[in-house]
Amino acid sequence: MDARVAPLLEIKGLKTYFNTDEGQVQAVDGVDISIGSGETLCVVGESGSGKTVTAMSVLKLIAMPPGRIAGGQILWRGRDLVPLGSSEMNKIRASEIAIVFQEPMTSLNPVYTVGDQIAEVIRLHQGLSKKAAMDRAAEMLALVQIPNPKARVNDYPHHFSGGMRQRVMIAMALSCNPKLLIADEPTTALDVTIQAQILDLLLDMKERLGMSIMLITHAMGVVAEVAQRVVVMYAGRVAEEAPVDRLFANPRHPYTQGLIRSIPRIDLAAVKKSRLESIPGSVPKLVNPPEGCRFASRCRFAIPDCRIAQPPLREIEPGHKVACIRAEETLL
Amino acid sequence: MGNYLLRRLIVAVPSLLGISLILFVLLALAPGDPFGELASNPNIPPEVREALRVKFGMDDPIMVRYVRWLVAMIHGDWGFSFASRVNVDTLILQRIPATLYVVGTAQLLALIVAIPVGVLAARRPYSIFDQIANTFAFIGFSLPTFFTGLLLILIFSVNLGWLPFVYRADIQATGWMWWWENFKQAVMPVTVLGLYQAASYTRYVRSAVLDVIKLDYVTTARSKGLDESKVIVKHVVRNALIPVVTLVALQMPTVFGGAIVTEQIFRIPGIGSLLISAILANDTPVIMAVTFVFACLVVLFNLIADILYGWLDPRISFR
Repeated sequence: MDARVAPLLEIKGLKTYFNTDEGQVQAVDGVDISIGSGETLCVVGESGSGKTVTAMSVLKLIAMPPGRIAGGQILWRGRDLVPLGSSEMNKIRASEIAIVFQEPMTSLNPVYTVGDQIAEVIRLHQGLSKKAAMDRAAEMLALVQIPNPKARVNDYPHHFSGGMRQRVMIAMALSCNPKLLIADEPTTALDVTIQAQILDLLLDMKERLGMSIMLITHAMGVVAEVAQRVVVMYAGRVAEEAPVDRLFANPRHPYTQGLIRSIPRIDLAAVKKSRLESIPGSVPKLVNPPEGCRFASRCRFAIPDCRIAQPPLREIEPGHKVACIRAEETLL
Repeated sequence: MGNYLLRRLIVAVPSLLGISLILFVLLALAPGDPFGELASNPNIPPEVREALRVKFGMDDPIMVRYVRWLVAMIHGDWGFSFASRVNVDTLILQRIPATLYVVGTAQLLALIVAIPVGVLAARRPYSIFDQIANTFAFIGFSLPTFFTGLLLILIFSVNLGWLPFVYRADIQATGWMWWWENFKQAVMPVTVLGLYQAASYTRYVRSAVLDVIKLDYVTTARSKGLDESKVIVKHVVRNALIPVVTLVALQMPTVFGGAIVTEQIFRIPGIGSLLISAILANDTPVIMAVTFVFACLVVLFNLIADILYGWLDPRISFR
């Protein structure tokens, strides 16, 4: 794992909690994720697994209050971001770490032209003149394959379709040459053909600009297509981490196994008539979560020991880590 | 844009006609008679009174009188005040600057107070600043202007003697003194009216900002590395002002209605006090004209609000 040599971003034991009327929600509870230069890392998990909160914590875009980073470190090129003040964070946002959100329809400000919105970030971090920033914005639109970019910079977001808006968001995120792009379910709100285009675009941009991508998704199909390494999250913790081929070939956490079995398989559907498997139960509430393994209540391998202590994330083969005490016995 | 304006003005015509018809009929049906005074005056013989009524067409059917009023109005003849024996348009033109000055400054004051306070309160909801702002807002719109007006007069005019409590349109001073006197006499009415409006506007601004601040594009703005103040001013306030513009425009009739009361308290010689004295004197041509002017002002402010919309929100186009 060359990524291990010099991680670009290293999240260590991150805990992000939210205070709500019902109590403290432990949305992210001790997450370790690292990502190397030029790497594509996928973070997968169902809704409420803490993947978006992890991403938002890296840029400290969590609303505080009610949220707070209760513990851990976020090492960006060796420097911890957790104690940084807002002005220091603002120098890193967009210029070093950029983010693309899930909802292209609502992520652009409706009252400014897309050119203004892209130029705003360019002017902020690169100090270009208004004119030069607008030209650069048009170049960025061209880069993300928006036709007629010179004219379209003057259009408002409502003149663009969802897929085109997501291209605009990507252009905006990449306009300051960030070293890491966090893409938070960038294709979830789009229809399937557009999804493929946007994923291709992201990978193409990565090739050209040489950045790392942390792609958050809940779709295993997307993972299989784009990831180099995968982190599976469940209920605010990392369940399993492995290179993508190892993960699909030899998933060891019962939750990962469940996720992989729940992928619709067009090749198998033709030969054997079987129902698509699902994982019984639902994600536990993260207010006073159960002791021990949080997946235990849905796990068919669970034994009493699982409910006693939180299973540590341990390396069972190089680069393959699992947070399951019975990982050796869970072979499919 | 020009086309849009023209079309909006044309659309305003039927609504103004409707308003004037309703006003006219209501006034005609209302008890009271501008010639009531003549009737009780023993020096005027009944024949003369009858002749006057015929001359002014007082006994014609309502519709005939309305059409006669409308035609005269279109020709620029706003009628003749029975009470002050002056042309109505002269009377209104004399009175309207004071009203526009006081109401306009009060609106400006209201917005200058309400926008920053509302935004700051929404920035940290339920913080101490927010609680204080809310408390003052509730007090502000719970206290009627006739109460706060009298209170201010009591404190600043009667007890302290700092400010005049009668508003005069005929200040004798010249140059800077004129401005100073004008400022001094406007302080209390503008404060009373302005803060009363500011109280409700603050609540509008606060809730509008609270709605906008949690939207995705505000997070996008933060993710760009913009300063929080820039995020608020550029990406939150402008969007939050869109609903506020509607509410301010809808408030206009209330504002002018409230101005009538305020003008009465501070003896401002504006069209509000003209309306009151005209009603007391059964001076129908003046009542008719003043209420019609109010209607025109309300229609005008709605038009201004629609133009502001288009400027604030590019999704609204002037077609």
